[in-house]
Amino acid sequence: MWKLLQIELFKIFKRPRTYISFGAIAAMILIIQLGLKFDGKSYLQLLMSGISDSFYVPYEMILNGYLVAFVILNTLLIQVPLLIALVAGDAIAGEANMGTLRLLVTRPVSRTQLMLAKFAASVIYTVLLLLWMALLALFLSMLFFGTNDMIIARNDVMEQISRNDIMWRYICAFGYASVALSTVAALAFLLSVFAENSIGPIVSTISIVIVLTILSEMKIPLYDNTVKPYLFTSHMLAWKGFFYSKANNDGQTIKGSIENLPAILRSLGVLLTYIFLFVASAIFVFNKKDILS
Amino acid sequence: MVNRKLFLLISFIFLSLQNFAQDATALVQKVKAKLDQVNNYEAAGIMKTNVSFLKVPEAQVTVYFKKPDKLKIKNDHGISLVPKGAVSISLNNLLKGSFTALDAGNEMIDNKKIRIIKLLPVDENADIVLSTLYIDETSLLIVKAKTTTRESGSYEVEMYYGKYASYALPDKVVFTFNTKDYKLPKGITFDYDDGSKKKTENSVNNTKGKVEINYSSYIINKGLPDSVFQ
Amino acid sequence: MASIVRVSHLSKHFSEIKAVDDLSFTVNAGDIYGFLGQNGAGKSTTIRMLLTLIKPTDGQIEIFGMNLQTQRKEILKQVGAVIERPDLYKYLTGFENISMFAKMSGEKISKKKLMQQLEQVGLAERAFSKVQTYSLGMKQRLGIAIALINNPQLVILDEPTNGLDPQGIADIRNLILHLSKNEKKTVIVSSHLLSEIELIANRMLIVDKGKKIVEGTVDELFDPAEMILELQTVNHEKTLAIINNSPWKNFLQKQLTEIFFFKMNRKDIPAFNNFLVHNGVEVLSFQSRHSLEDYFLSLTSANQHVETFTN
Repeated sequence: MWKLLQIELFKIFKRPRTYISFGAIAAMILIIQLGLKFDGKSYLQLLMSGISDSFYVPYEMILNGYLVAFVILNTLLIQVPLLIALVAGDAIAGEANMGTLRLLVTRPVSRTQLMLAKFAASVIYTVLLLLWMALLALFLSMLFFGTNDMIIARNDVMEQISRNDIMWRYICAFGYASVALSTVAALAFLLSVFAENSIGPIVSTISIVIVLTILSEMKIPLYDNTVKPYLFTSHMLAWKGFFYSKANNDGQTIKGSIENLPAILRSLGVLLTYIFLFVASAIFVFNKKDILS
Repeated sequence: MVNRKLFLLISFIFLSLQNFAQDATALVQKVKAKLDQVNNYEAAGIMKTNVSFLKVPEAQVTVYFKKPDKLKIKNDHGISLVPKGAVSISLNNLLKGSFTALDAGNEMIDNKKIRIIKLLPVDENADIVLSTLYIDETSLLIVKAKTTTRESGSYEVEMYYGKYASYALPDKVVFTFNTKDYKLPKGITFDYDDGSKKKTENSVNNTKGKVEINYSSYIINKGLPDSVFQ
Repeated sequence: MASIVRVSHLSKHFSEIKAVDDLSFTVNAGDIYGFLGQNGAGKSTTIRMLLTLIKPTDGQIEIFGMNLQTQRKEILKQVGAVIERPDLYKYLTGFENISMFAKMSGEKISKKKLMQQLEQVGLAERAFSKVQTYSLGMKQRLGIAIALINNPQLVILDEPTNGLDPQGIADIRNLILHLSKNEKKTVIVSSHLLSEIELIANRMLIVDKGKKIVEGTVDELFDPAEMILELQTVNHEKTLAIINNSPWKNFLQKQLTEIFFFKMNRKDIPAFNNFLVHNGVEVLSFQSRHSLEDYFLSLTSANQHVETFTN
């Protein structure tokens, strides 16, 4: 199994296309960082327009590395599924297209093992992509913008987190994001089983993620309690929950607390269930499949 | 006869009012004199912000003051969002310029007889429309001030005195103010909906914000450069 | 002789189409087993079923005496295959390709062994070039090298000469003979061209429309002594009369537009020739051949012209 995983990773990281994702992420992050470096105040003024009437807002201090990383995550975690699908959607379909799938399946290795190795490789790729993102979005921003308390805007509340209460939240958030993106990987992986070239699963995955994200974000009461709780896209944003603290009776946030940990864990559970279902279906279908490519 | 009696009565009332008014002005002047012994200070304190749409941790702050009206609240380790009124409505600011002081009676607060005095600025264009001061006459300390401004609504400051009462510097200040409700501009970001009930009825009612500073120490009249107020 | 592959009543239906229909055959140890059929006859589907790429609709496959369904892994450890086009990871080098598949073979294979394998197929010099720079023949040879890395007892080559130039075809042919003779491997090789199979196979199976047409040793199936004789004369009617009055009429299979077709033993041909001369038959053409191609084509209904000879 470990050998199979090594082989799958070797194949992924020997491909030039794999590095497109890393390049794309670096480019997007640098663009956002540059934009915020030169015009971050305008962005913050927009964000803070609701409170700047009644409060003095020290924009220079608010625009620090932690906030920049948060802004980047907010923006990128919507685009990154595309990059994940690029590799996970290729896992089976790409091999079918190249004609190497039949060679792979005639090796003395069970199809289930092969699939597990391939999915594990996709997950590792996802995690590495996120680590790369963390490195650039968080640590590079901390270097460029310095550190301070972080003030983030929610729909109807602003959250301030002390600077020494932030790092663990980022670690949790990146950990959660890797599960969220693995869900996308699992979906792309499942679709990949049905296709003989990788364009289909990549495009379908992205389409599904976009449609479901729109559905998740629409404020339509009809969907709120019927459909939304079951969409995996509704739960992909739960990484933000790690940045929401509990408040005591005085309205002061409690250091090291999480406002609604059960909700995050529930979301995590939903995502893990989806991953399990997607991967199990993928393995089931692949085991039944006639390799005709 | 009736007219004369009426005249006397009116005169009496007017004179009494005049008398009271002078008394109120004198009292305010005394209070001001007491405040004036502090030219500058640097105070360490803990600031708590309680605003419905802000979730903020307790902050260690340093408050700088310099006569006549410079005040700055600085977070020692991070960021503090300071309500605008909290700075512009410092006591010295209230008592600055010329005003008409009107006596508005007495009240017992915490077993102390408190004089209530209303201040009306003479300048019609001043931002402050009306202030009401609650003054402990024996100690010449303002325990509460309510202010209505043209631009930024009404404020209320409560002060609790202790060690630094002789300088008219409070150990604890509670600043209450009105706020507009906050709403994130549309299209900025997708928020995570954790499925919990939104506190809608709460946000409609609770539009009062409160900032509380507990001072632990003051450094008084040791001089302060203007640069700290930048 | 021990049977290496035993296939019984194998069927594969793709919805309505019966790609393979009740096919049974046996491959013995040491065979070079030719698997013949037109394109679409069901050869590839059968081979893919032998390699577990396709699930049979019905029937049994036993390889090395083991059930393919239940002991797939053990069986595949002893099988090497090249299926149709030699598709490999183009962005990897030849060596990277072979070492990757070697790792999947379940045994530890040394780097030296891998290089030897590449050397055997003449790719040692290009081992570290990317496969996308290889010619088709090189890719095919790399494919074969990969099929052979785990030293399999059974080698399955599906249309291995497709698209190769004559030299490439000859190389593959020699390699197959080498594997059989020197390395004592059992080889199944499929083709739609009889000419390729007849030169190397000792046994063969011919399929058409998913069904077995015939199976047996090449000697058995095609006695080289059996010749087909084509005769054309000046006076067809007169010649027919002469033949009908002689024992040679028993050898006449068919006459078509002034041409007689005889089937007879090679050693009888000179006597028949003498008979014609002595009876004054004016011969325009007298041709004998024993090409298996005719037989194959006739079997697989591709050539109606000679169909009658098989009846």
